[in-house]
Amino acid sequence: MKKLINNPEDVVKEELKGIELAHPDLVKVFYDPDFIVRADAPVQGKVALVSGGGSGHEPMHGGFVGKGMLDGACPGAVFTSPTPDQMLEATKAVDGGAGVLHIVKNYTGDVMNFEMAADLARGEGIEVESVLVDDDVAVENSTWTAGRRGVGLTVLMEKIVGAAAEEGRSLNECADLARKVNAQGRSMGMALTSCTVPHVGKPSFDLPEDEMEIGIGIHGEPGRHRMKLESADKITEMLVGPVVEDLPFKEGDEVLLFVNSMGGTPLIELYIVYRKAVELLKAKGIKVVRHLIGPYITSLEMAGMSITLLKMDEDLKKLWDAPVKTAGMRWGI
Amino acid sequence: MAITRDDVLKWVTTFAQVIEENHEMLTNLDREIGDADHGANMRRGFKAVLEKLPSVEDKDIGTILKTVGMTLLSKVGGAAGPLYSTMFMKAGTSIGAKTEMELNDWAQALEAGTVGIANLGKAQPNDKTMLDALYPALNALGAAMGNGTSTGEALQKSADAAHEGMLATIPLVARKGRASYLGERSAGHQDPGATSTYFLIKSAADTWKDC
Repeated sequence: MKKLINNPEDVVKEELKGIELAHPDLVKVFYDPDFIVRADAPVQGKVALVSGGGSGHEPMHGGFVGKGMLDGACPGAVFTSPTPDQMLEATKAVDGGAGVLHIVKNYTGDVMNFEMAADLARGEGIEVESVLVDDDVAVENSTWTAGRRGVGLTVLMEKIVGAAAEEGRSLNECADLARKVNAQGRSMGMALTSCTVPHVGKPSFDLPEDEMEIGIGIHGEPGRHRMKLESADKITEMLVGPVVEDLPFKEGDEVLLFVNSMGGTPLIELYIVYRKAVELLKAKGIKVVRHLIGPYITSLEMAGMSITLLKMDEDLKKLWDAPVKTAGMRWGI
Repeated sequence: MAITRDDVLKWVTTFAQVIEENHEMLTNLDREIGDADHGANMRRGFKAVLEKLPSVEDKDIGTILKTVGMTLLSKVGGAAGPLYSTMFMKAGTSIGAKTEMELNDWAQALEAGTVGIANLGKAQPNDKTMLDALYPALNALGAAMGNGTSTGEALQKSADAAHEGMLATIPLVARKGRASYLGERSAGHQDPGATSTYFLIKSAADTWKDC
């Protein structure tokens, strides 16, 4: 293992300390239990958004705390769901009296911990709603699994619903909007290399030099299929196809196209993929009206990428364009 | 002979030691079909439990087990955190304010914990989870008690059944948790949750064999 770390057990704490020192204008960081809230929390009268998950997906979620996006984020150990006490304290710290929306990626641990936290928060008189993100089309038979995973769409949901909350929409409206985003978005990812969890010290799976994994998640879980490496264009086709067919996205649809790096893949390659994806969508009569390209929901140093499509309408476009000021995403301010 | 508060403390301590000795093995099992954190998470949780135990060592068994559960809830994370936490909290609630328990109390506590895990995880037998070690352990314990077997022997039969249940997860295709994303590729691997659960039952059999 070759990493810029000190002690594997201090990775998350030292990262939080760095975030605290770098962004005092954006966030406040709390320890034991660990959570991050926006600097001006709680914002009175505004619905607050809280998300969280294992660390190792940076900038998600801590990097998305700030005006126009999340109010609070709970970082777990690397690739491990955070715990209910973190979520409860974050929920209490951001509640401005208009209720708190938990954005939960659909993983067994995340779902159970957030469920327990929501119960505890309701017990303390806070109105809490939860929405699940489960956009990963690579999980084929969701009847016989823990269900589809929450992946790339999480980033788009946090931005769009964050803007809606900032605009003054109610808890129910924000929850409905989040469910709409989840219903209209789909993702799929692939890996060129594995990644190494610091406290494990060896790669999460072994992937020979000339092979790739199609349909990976974001925790170094192996994917559904392993195959010989193909060209960027072929790989893009392999992801865009299932994503388009699943919803399905149709001729005349306007979409946001999100090409995400899993951490190790550089922008130069993401643009090659983006170019092919736009071409494929154009051939199907699907118009890319917004885009996001870069490392936003990563899997440590894994090389690979994911493609997310979200069907847009005027409301979603307006919310996407609204100002956002966070460490990981910033425009219009 | 009854199982005393001290025996319960010894059981938890023994289990914590077993986790400490086997955390790498558990993480490696999880690396094969999950996300490579089960051993590390359990180890972190039970280190915190060992620090917490002295503060409740003069309390009743229910309080001790519920304290273990609350500590795990805030220290383990992942899926194992809420599941093990529920196991200990439900078991603690079932036993209540006793400082000594009979084998029957333990059987009821184990059942309460198992039901709690099944409800929270929404899993069925043969989904390749902790339950595949727990249900056999529970059934074997009930059968042994029905036959009037001694406490030590009944607990050993329960541990043997958990062991068999753990091994029986190897050919199963996972239907819950992160291993389920692998589909057929999850077959051929032993479930890490069922493995740590076997250690839990075995630790009880080992520490309470003369009770």
